[in-house]
Amino acid sequence: MSAELLRRNASDWGAYALLPLIALATLPAMSFSTWLTLTVAGFAMGMMLFLMAAGLTLIFGLMQVFTFAHGAFITLGAYLAVSVLGALAGWSNADSWALNLAALAAALLAALMASGAAGYVFERVIIRRVYGAPLRQILITVGGLIIAEQLVVAVWGANPLPLPKPAAFRGSFILAGAAIETYRLIAVALGLVVYAALHLLLNRTRVGLLVRAGVENLEMVEALGYRIRRLFIGVFVTGTALAGLGGVMWALYQELVTRSIGSEMTILIFIILIIGGLGSIGGCFTAAILVGLVTNYVGFLAPKLALGSTIVLMMAVLLWRPRGLFPVGAE
Amino acid sequence: MSGAAPGPLDRLLSGDRPGTRLLNLLLLLLLASLLLAPFLFPGTRSLAVAARICIFIVLAASYDVMLGYTGIASFAHTMFFGMGAYGVAIALAKLSAGWGAVLLGAAAGVALAVAVAVLIGLLSLRVRAVFFSMITLAVASFALILATQLRDLTGGEDGLTFSVPDVLQPSFRLLAEPVLGVRLDGRIVTYYLIFAAALALFLLMLRIVNSPFGRVLQAIRENEFRAEALGYRTVVYRTLAGALAAAMAALAGALMALLLRYNGPDVTLSFSVMVDILLMVVIGGMGTLYGPALGAVVLVMAEYYLQPAMAALSGSLAGWPLLPALFDPDRWLLWLGLLFVLVVYFFPAGIVGKLRERAG
Amino acid sequence: MSDGAALLELAGVHTHIGRYHILHGVDLAVRRGRLTMLLGRNGAGKTTTLRTIMGLWRPSAGEISFDGAAIGALATPDIARLGIAYVPESMGIFAQLTVRENLLLATGPQGFDEARLEEVLALFPALRQKWHSAAGSLSGGQKQMLAISRAIIEPRRLLIVDEPTKGLAPAVIQQLIDAFLRLKSTETTILLVEQNFHMARSVGDDVAVMDDGRIVHAGAMADLAADEALQQHLLGLSLASHQ
Repeated sequence: MSAELLRRNASDWGAYALLPLIALATLPAMSFSTWLTLTVAGFAMGMMLFLMAAGLTLIFGLMQVFTFAHGAFITLGAYLAVSVLGALAGWSNADSWALNLAALAAALLAALMASGAAGYVFERVIIRRVYGAPLRQILITVGGLIIAEQLVVAVWGANPLPLPKPAAFRGSFILAGAAIETYRLIAVALGLVVYAALHLLLNRTRVGLLVRAGVENLEMVEALGYRIRRLFIGVFVTGTALAGLGGVMWALYQELVTRSIGSEMTILIFIILIIGGLGSIGGCFTAAILVGLVTNYVGFLAPKLALGSTIVLMMAVLLWRPRGLFPVGAE
Repeated sequence: MSGAAPGPLDRLLSGDRPGTRLLNLLLLLLLASLLLAPFLFPGTRSLAVAARICIFIVLAASYDVMLGYTGIASFAHTMFFGMGAYGVAIALAKLSAGWGAVLLGAAAGVALAVAVAVLIGLLSLRVRAVFFSMITLAVASFALILATQLRDLTGGEDGLTFSVPDVLQPSFRLLAEPVLGVRLDGRIVTYYLIFAAALALFLLMLRIVNSPFGRVLQAIRENEFRAEALGYRTVVYRTLAGALAAAMAALAGALMALLLRYNGPDVTLSFSVMVDILLMVVIGGMGTLYGPALGAVVLVMAEYYLQPAMAALSGSLAGWPLLPALFDPDRWLLWLGLLFVLVVYFFPAGIVGKLRERAG
Repeated sequence: MSDGAALLELAGVHTHIGRYHILHGVDLAVRRGRLTMLLGRNGAGKTTTLRTIMGLWRPSAGEISFDGAAIGALATPDIARLGIAYVPESMGIFAQLTVRENLLLATGPQGFDEARLEEVLALFPALRQKWHSAAGSLSGGQKQMLAISRAIIEPRRLLIVDEPTKGLAPAVIQQLIDAFLRLKSTETTILLVEQNFHMARSVGDDVAVMDDGRIVHAGAMADLAADEALQQHLLGLSLASHQ
């Protein structure tokens, strides 16, 4: 028994070691300043991916609900950023980082609330009827995704919309000879804050305890007297709200919002969930950074292979560990 | 399914009759319309619609072999469709505009599709079922990227335009004189080639799902553990079903290339084509083969004829808030999406399931 | 069987799992303050009976009542909240949670009652040393002790345990027997499924024997323990091999 645990811990270290290994392995292929720029960019992208994926890994892991509509909440967040920052253009373009930050905070808050509310409706109307029926979940959420995307276009139009960053976050500065974009630091900071909050929520509160237990064995949680449906709603709303948050951050990073911004990210998010292991916040965090780093390194070395490389990474991880780097719960 | 000895029709349909009078009538009407399409609905546009219906019947039915008969939700079906289309397109564009190139291209497309389907199937052996859908989505997007990046081979975003064998060229004349007022040109020959191929492939799939192999697939869908306990290697069967569906989709893709004399990522690889297929199969009725055929008709017709209707409606609603935007012709997918969700909720067996249920 | 002392009563309960008809009219009474053994061969329907009581399978016919109230239509959490603790055959331990967290889940919002916790840990001292270890790192016997501790960490009106001795070493089984004897002295009502006849004989007050989805014998444990012919008839050789 203890030997088995030891082995598992040892291979967990293998999974953790992937990050520095990949980061160091690419160093000889480029100058240090380029490497630093790419590493920061990779971390920033990873953090934004983590925001978008964190809720979904719990939705998959705890609720066993396989939704393909998560991208719709990202899209909603992105378009709300256009509307809110458009309305607050005075703040966003002002020569005051405090006002810039307030504009960003307003956009983030609006996206958090709207995506969360949309998630609540989605759970009550769409998901509630298909618990325990995976195939119907996949079908119905694809249908929900189609409807949501079309509604977004009906409201905001079909053309891509420009989304300039608030003034203070536009530039970059030089660190150790490498150009670092200010906005990327903001993304890293927000990602770390959300990760820390989720970590505390899961490990220091009773609700978190329930979620962690539920990911492992839902039936036993029910047999202990907990009504899990309410827990499900909470997790789904949190997950979709975070997706909206990630949508704002990603849209500002791209400075352009298209109708497919969410569905394009869905594929990367799935790759992250598969690499990280369903239901594991820590795994999701590690995998998101991994994907962010690999995308940026490969994007520099061989631009055409960027997304392809993450798919290859996913396949390799699956061959090594069929249930992801940090598997949780029963098979 | 009567007690009498199977007649020639039963043999043709592999004993799997549509089931109800109304359904028989609908399918007969569909068959007759498609058979006589060039004469009943003259005009280039109508013929193109009819040909698309034929192709999508094969494509949707092949997806049904996966989704309906085996219970696997794959999002890589357009990839196989694209492989067949690119096979023919590349062969015709790079080699010569002859039948040899068509056959070679189609064969290469089918072979590649089968090989990739087997690879995906064997990988799914090691992962949880839910991963499968996500992996197929990732692989399909990889294929889409590949097709747009390998510009020398595939023409990139622009795709490939190519010439088809002479008899399929619009300028070709089969007979000097028109028949029933219709000039028998290369378009008509192309149409009947597609029609005949689609009919043959459909009947072949009907045969396969009603064979002992098909029954094992359905047993696996109903209860995987039980099928496993009965000694069936479920992974092998699922992989075979996937390979079969992939081959059929690739052949449909080859037909698509011949019809359009063009192939590009938007036509055969994009996610919106995948969504179309999903809508066809689910709205028509999963696990029936006839259902996806009807679903293909509904979707293709909607694509061509719903939009003008919506344009008229949207115009008449001018002045209302949001309503014109909701009925904008480009929003046709919104309404089909709603229909899709309602079907999954209330008629999980689709049009065909509903008709069969009513007949008791 | 409907004497007033029954805390839990099943009458004519049928359960289908998918297309399979597993329970064919189970009649069972669990009397207050007593330990009722549910015996029977593999596949007789013992686990299905327990899962049906807990609402994890829906009965397709029949009545289940707890303390006089019908519970057959209640959801699992609501059944548990009536004061029924359930230890499944798989033990239902959360492997990635610590021993402490596993136990904490079974307490109310106010957390541990220290005195009660001491009593439980006195029953299974091994758990104290593993207090902050992941439950997945426990031995099989320790996991079973944790599962039972979790079921009794709060006062419950009925304790349902499915085959606690499965796969355990004799020394550990003896520890479990001692624990159940201590529990009995607190007047806890217990329904225990067991294949181990030695365990059954040591702790059982009443006994019910199942075969093919029905109760085929019900009575006092002492009577069955004394009657080898009846044991042979009801339980065949399967129990002797488990001694």
